[in-house]
Amino acid sequence: MPRTVLIGLNVNGVRHEVNVEPRWLLVDVIREVLGLTGTHIGCEHGVCGTCTVLVNGETARSCLMLAVGADGAEILTVEGLSRGDHLHPLQEAFREAQGLQCGFCTPGMLMLAHELLRDNPAPSEQEIREAISANLCRCTGYQGIVEAVRLAAARQATGVSAG
Amino acid sequence: MKPPRFEYFAPRALDEALTLLAGHGDRAKLLAGGQSLIPLLNFRLAHPEALIDINRIPELAGIRADDGGVAMGALTRQHAVERSEAVRTRVPIVAEACRLIGHLPIRHRGTIGGNLAHADPASELPAVMLALEAQLTVASTKGTRTLPADGFFVGPLSTALQTGEMLTEIRVPGLPARTGGAFVEMARRAGDYALVGVAALVTLDASGRCRRARVALCGVGPTPIRAGAAEDALVGQAPAGAALDEAASRAAAATSPSSDLHASADFRRKLARHFARQAIATAAQRAGGA
Repeated sequence: MPRTVLIGLNVNGVRHEVNVEPRWLLVDVIREVLGLTGTHIGCEHGVCGTCTVLVNGETARSCLMLAVGADGAEILTVEGLSRGDHLHPLQEAFREAQGLQCGFCTPGMLMLAHELLRDNPAPSEQEIREAISANLCRCTGYQGIVEAVRLAAARQATGVSAG
Repeated sequence: MKPPRFEYFAPRALDEALTLLAGHGDRAKLLAGGQSLIPLLNFRLAHPEALIDINRIPELAGIRADDGGVAMGALTRQHAVERSEAVRTRVPIVAEACRLIGHLPIRHRGTIGGNLAHADPASELPAVMLALEAQLTVASTKGTRTLPADGFFVGPLSTALQTGEMLTEIRVPGLPARTGGAFVEMARRAGDYALVGVAALVTLDASGRCRRARVALCGVGPTPIRAGAAEDALVGQAPAGAALDEAASRAAAATSPSSDLHASADFRRKLARHFARQAIATAAQRAGGA
């Protein structure tokens, strides 16, 4: 048996203790061990960004982190955005503005957008484009994604949320 | 596509890490931000016997004012460098270049020391450190030594670091008064590695002539390149017109680009001339307070 290490992860506010092999990637532990398959895995070498999660409040690619290195970290995945059955305003905006087509890139795009609107509540279109340029959408649906982030930002500013 | 097995160590202090590094030698890899090493592990292009994770060594991270310049711990995240008040006021070219590394999620994790020690020839910071004449502190169980950035980069992904040595600190000297700097690059998409990048520093005298110049390029050779001949063309001249053209041509002549899928060698040389001119002109403008 390969040696394992006991680590603690706080994922979406829930504390988990997990035995991991040091070579396991954070994304694999999130998906395979914790069963949180909302975080997608694409290229596995830090190019596509669909595995983006927040680690201690900052976006990071979970395919470029060892789970053992995240011991003690607070992690937010796409499952942590919604409140029960209520979609997060960003998720509502993505749905309404056709910010997704096949949906593969969506979790990573949502996490990027979440960080962007937290740190810069009224981004310019250029700033939105720069933020989402970190991730790939192979449906080439970027225009819809930009629109969705703008919509969410505008609603956040006026305090209105679609029902 | 998952990392191969390795023995994992997470030392809490530098001397502990250096002892592990001395014990494992070439069979060990240091893990800092992991933004270059983990892809290599995922592809199994790297098979270290031991992985020494230095992320839990707080003494390796942080930025402090150092004489007129700054000293940055090797483990300082690129995003922290980019936002540092000391960096932005004392050596703003470092922040300007940092912003061009990958994307925000990469810079949250990626470290300045990891970027330099990885020595990708297309990477921005090595060229910036050449232009700034940075001093790199390197530690091993035998002690520490200081290496100038010029000479540290010996080939693609290859540095002057010896087996058992770790880059621990980057010291950037302060800039003379009336100095401006600029880093400009051409990349196919925002966040991609540069096809060509140019770092320029220009110091003006009271009459507006160039007193001192530093020009370095990335992406156009096996290592970052310092273009001394371009610097010589500027000194004593007003940084405009023919002097700029001559310096830009000399900068392009100092390159040895190769052709690949993204750009031919000829195109890269043309880009080098264009962006060298732009970087020097912008640096000169900033030196004049414009």
